[in-house]
Amino acid sequence: MRLLERRGERLIVHLPVELDHHCTEELRREIDRILEKEPVSELEFDFSGTIFMDSAGVGMILGRYKIMRALDGRMLVSHMGAQIRRIMTLSGIQNHIPLEKEEAL
Amino acid sequence: MKNEMTLAFDSISQNEGFARVAVAAFVTQLNPTLEEVADIKTAVSEAVTNAIIHGYPDGVHTIILRAVLRDRTVELWISDEGVGMEDVKKAMEPLYTSRPELERSGMGFMFMEAFMDLVQVESAPGIGTTVYMKKTIGEVKQGG
Ligand SMILES: Nc1ncnc2c1ncn2[C@@H]1O[C@H](COP(=O)(O)OP(=O)(O)OP(=O)(O)O)[C@@H](O)[C@H]1O
Ligand SMILES: [Mg+2]
Repeated sequence: MRLLERRGERLIVHLPVELDHHCTEELRREIDRILEKEPVSELEFDFSGTIFMDSAGVGMILGRYKIMRALDGRMLVSHMGAQIRRIMTLSGIQNHIPLEKEEAL
Repeated sequence: MKNEMTLAFDSISQNEGFARVAVAAFVTQLNPTLEEVADIKTAVSEAVTNAIIHGYPDGVHTIILRAVLRDRTVELWISDEGVGMEDVKKAMEPLYTSRPELERSGMGFMFMEAFMDLVQVESAPGIGTTVYMKKTIGEVKQGG
């Protein structure tokens, strides 16, 4: 599956199986390339295929959140599994980012 | 029962996943729960990634990962002979990062401490860093 999907002004990022430092480097570049030149008002991180995330993933998401805020856009996360939820909770991301509830598809 | 293994691998980001999987496979002998495996994988990932990004910022060098299983306990040592740290206490403070420009969030040590029973760091500038971590499998969780 293509990692990045456009639906109107929403950019959906279908995250890889393991979201670590190794894959965040390239993913961040790809996302930012689109955010720079195309109108995106909503950025969704879809975790349905993801079973692992560490602090590198958290850093990547926080960084994109800052960009979306600067663009006056919003961010959503969807389909988080158990390990991802624990990382999200521990990181306190919820305190910084009003993460949207799961999207009903 | 005692079982020990040591891996030496290059400090390239491809090996973050390799180190996680290798340790996860090694600890299956202790019949950990899925959650315990996820905890250990996360802690290994953090320590190995730190060795790659911070320990060896320039060039490819060797990271040593040693794991010892004793009864129900896993002990891990992740070592680099890289730049080391001046102030370990400060480095381990939640949200402290020396590389904010790389979008690091300073959560690596926080996750290691949350997911393992014990984390100890030995480091000296110019000598390198060893992260020691310990976790007992099948421990009844205290409180909540
Ligand atoms: N192996 C190492 N060698 C040298 N310095 C290290 C090493 N590991 C950690 N550090 C130092 O400790 C700091 C904190 O590490 P920690 O993993 O908590 O955060 P981070 O790596 O900066 O960010 P994140 O893990 O959230 O991406 C690092 O910024 C770095 O300065
Ligand atoms: Mg780190």
